[in-house]
Amino acid sequence: MSAYEAVIGIECHVELKTETKMFCGCRNEFGGEPNTKVCPVCMALPGSLPVPNRKAIEYMLRAGAAFDAEIPEFSKFDRKNYFYPDMPKNYQISQYDMPLTQGGVVRYWLEDGTMKTCRLTRIHLEEDTGKSTHAGSGDGRIAGSSYSLVDYNRAGVPLMECVSEPELHGADEAVAYLESLRRTLLELGVSDVKMEEGSLRCDANVSVRLVGAAELGTKTEIKNMNSFRSVHRAIESEIERQTTALESGARIVQETRGWDEIHGVTHPMRSKEEAHDYRYFPDPDLVPLEIAAAHVEHLRGALPELPWRRFERYTVQYELGAKQATQLIDNPALARYFDRVVEASGNPQQSTNFVLGELSRLANERGVSVAESAVTPEHVAELIGMVEAKTINSKIAKEVLTRTWDGAGSPRSVVEKEGLAQTSDPAAIEKLVEEVLGANPGVVAEYRSGKVAVAGFLVGQAMKASRGKADPQLVAELVKKRLG
Amino acid sequence: MSVLTERSAAEIARDVNARKLSAREVVDATLAHVDAIDAEVGAYLTPLHDLARATASRVDERVAHGERLPLAGVPLAVKDNMCLVGTRTTCASKILERWSAPYTATAVQRMLDAGCVPIGKTNLDEFAMGSSCENSALGVTRNPFDLTRVPGGSSGGSAAAVAAREATIGLGSDTGGSIREPGAFCNLIGFKPTYGRVSRYGLIAFASSLDQIGPLTRSVEDAALAFDAMGGHDPMDGTSIDRALEPTATALREDLRGLRVGIVREFALDALGPEMAAVYERAYADLKALGATLVDVSLPTAEHGLATYYLIAPAECSSNLARFDGVRYGLRVDGPDVNAMYERTRAAGFGAEVKRRILIGTYALSSGYYDAYYVRAQKARTLIARDFADAFAGCDLIACPATSCPPFAIGAVSDPYSMYLMDYYTIPMSLAGIPALSVPCGWVSEGGTPLPIGLQLAAPHFAEGLLLGAAHAYERATEHASKHTPRAGAPA
Repeated sequence: MSAYEAVIGIECHVELKTETKMFCGCRNEFGGEPNTKVCPVCMALPGSLPVPNRKAIEYMLRAGAAFDAEIPEFSKFDRKNYFYPDMPKNYQISQYDMPLTQGGVVRYWLEDGTMKTCRLTRIHLEEDTGKSTHAGSGDGRIAGSSYSLVDYNRAGVPLMECVSEPELHGADEAVAYLESLRRTLLELGVSDVKMEEGSLRCDANVSVRLVGAAELGTKTEIKNMNSFRSVHRAIESEIERQTTALESGARIVQETRGWDEIHGVTHPMRSKEEAHDYRYFPDPDLVPLEIAAAHVEHLRGALPELPWRRFERYTVQYELGAKQATQLIDNPALARYFDRVVEASGNPQQSTNFVLGELSRLANERGVSVAESAVTPEHVAELIGMVEAKTINSKIAKEVLTRTWDGAGSPRSVVEKEGLAQTSDPAAIEKLVEEVLGANPGVVAEYRSGKVAVAGFLVGQAMKASRGKADPQLVAELVKKRLG
Repeated sequence: MSVLTERSAAEIARDVNARKLSAREVVDATLAHVDAIDAEVGAYLTPLHDLARATASRVDERVAHGERLPLAGVPLAVKDNMCLVGTRTTCASKILERWSAPYTATAVQRMLDAGCVPIGKTNLDEFAMGSSCENSALGVTRNPFDLTRVPGGSSGGSAAAVAAREATIGLGSDTGGSIREPGAFCNLIGFKPTYGRVSRYGLIAFASSLDQIGPLTRSVEDAALAFDAMGGHDPMDGTSIDRALEPTATALREDLRGLRVGIVREFALDALGPEMAAVYERAYADLKALGATLVDVSLPTAEHGLATYYLIAPAECSSNLARFDGVRYGLRVDGPDVNAMYERTRAAGFGAEVKRRILIGTYALSSGYYDAYYVRAQKARTLIARDFADAFAGCDLIACPATSCPPFAIGAVSDPYSMYLMDYYTIPMSLAGIPALSVPCGWVSEGGTPLPIGLQLAAPHFAEGLLLGAAHAYERATEHASKHTPRAGAPA
């Protein structure tokens, strides 16, 4: 056990999934030929003016409500001034001291199901920049490149910046936090949250300190992490680097470090001394935003079931395992399907077994999602009902499910049409058992000489003779009794 | 001088709509006049002969198809900080010298929709920063009443064009007085509407919270017609006010009965010298003679207007002009890396006054100075606006000088601070965002040359109708503007 503990804060940039950009009418879509989704406003042509996208503001308020953030009645946009070729105005419209939402909390869970919280500092709204491609240097870096190409398609896309407090202690917590954030924003429908397309980007502020120390250690900011896996690896690597440094008596320099995916290490990018003076001031092109308290109340009341609440419902009320619950939550369509099965069957455990078991297997095999298959949640509930009533056993149930999936009709009709109902008539089963015993005298002799394990073979033979329809429990009882 | 170029916008529109006159005739006469005299006036940076003729023909077709256009065939001068699609739009700066606008400013488009014909793009102080037009990097504009003198600024080109009959309506932009001061210097109505009344979309920003487009005209009626055509809400400008625009051209009055006109205690006339003071004393007396009650009002913080303005406007301009970096459009001077390219481009592209204001503004917004400069200036601005609100509790309009001197000789004012003082009387109204105009109120003589003087009238927010109405009554009763004709283009 290390004498040091890590303290981590995460800063996320999330592109909002609006139809148009933040301050103009250009399409907000990923990709496309360079500089085809641009207009005078997002190219910052002389004389153009920004007009805020109401939908983006609405999405921000929804996110704020979902994270229990404070939503002040007044907010405003500020200009963050610095020169960069992929930022057309050479200032970014952002929010400085009056963000749309303040505070809030992200509830997340670890792999073992432990529920945790991490407070948010703020969520604010800004605009994305374009993308630069540096050519002629061989490695795509600006240093040594002979020219750069800029694509402004992304410039002006609404961007939500979500800053956490430094309350995460380790890579597992950091990634679990990010996963919860991602799931929540997906559930709210405000973003695609795809790291591979850049609609979710995150930086981590990492520091370590002696366990129990009150003060935070000197932090470094880690950038260039392009998947949750690299976030995990980068944080672990940085914690180890800082811990080793402190243990050897060195000091941590406050700096920005880049994650090197190939070598698995972070390396220095720039130090704090080079920090910009962004000269923030209120954007005179945009009037302050007034947010009606009643509207915020309405939004809070209209929230969908959030992933963390769903996780609690599944694990506490339905007693699902953390892994099963997470698996369902990460497939919202399947989770909705599952909820309908539970509702119709009243049996969460069996619902889980069918939905995550046989149905998911079939979906995988047939390349059709469960929700889009011919099997309705009501069909599954019907099947669960027949298993509960011992009309069929679980093995037959799987067969029936496959038939229903393939369009043979409702489970009950399949069972009836094909005479698959379980046989639990003792006389009929006893006759079967006797036939099996008569046909296998050698095995019977083995059993009687003490090899009791062979009973299973005889039970299996009897089940086979019933074509699986016999009540397996009853068969086992009768076999034992006859061998007795 | 063709008689057509003397006509008012109201007269031209009436006759073109009645098909007694074609837009093409008006425009041909105007272009001929421009060709004859603009070499000495220098109002236009880019005359638009072909576009003007084509637009005039289209206006005639529209009228022939039964459309009635409020400004049918009226020759329009457009300040060259407003975009007009397909035309060079320079801001009188080297950095945009070769830039062609790919879209049209809302205000310009509305004037075209109303039947105006663009004669050309006019000179200005670079990026509208100045009070004499001398800060233009692309040309000299002269005052048509005395060609050795400045036309005022920054909308000096539009003012000179209208004064010299090279256009009937000029579009200007006013940030601290840039319509009113050249209006006064060129014997015109120079009208700055309430902030937010006229869309800024397509107006190349100097100071976004202050910039406002308005007309320069030879009559109040024409100013009202122009305002009615260009004003009103525009969804492309987030600061545009969504409020119905009541027509002002039908609200023009013949007297001032029942109106209380505030005379500002702090603007003592003796500071202006005896000749100018006498002009304003006479103007106030004329207002009274027209039926107004003169009341004493106080604007105790107005004297801080200049200092306040020269923090807020440069702060905004330092950010607004950051986009001129050589990356996407305009001048680019290459360098070994991107920062060198920025520096070389901006060093070569911007003139001294623009650089001065960018530096002041950058400083005022910098960490450690922001609270002392920018924040304090914003507080002062609030106090100035409150002073006006208090004053308007006791009066309907305010009357005061438009400028502190008559048009001065080109090159006579060389230090920036003296130039900034030109806007002493106009800046407070800009900071308050209220509508104000200058209207000709008399003449002073310097070296035997009569020089025009303007009276400034200001009204509460959105009271453009009242303001123009009162100015109309004063104009009709006094007829100062017609007492002298411009020397430029005058028959020998």
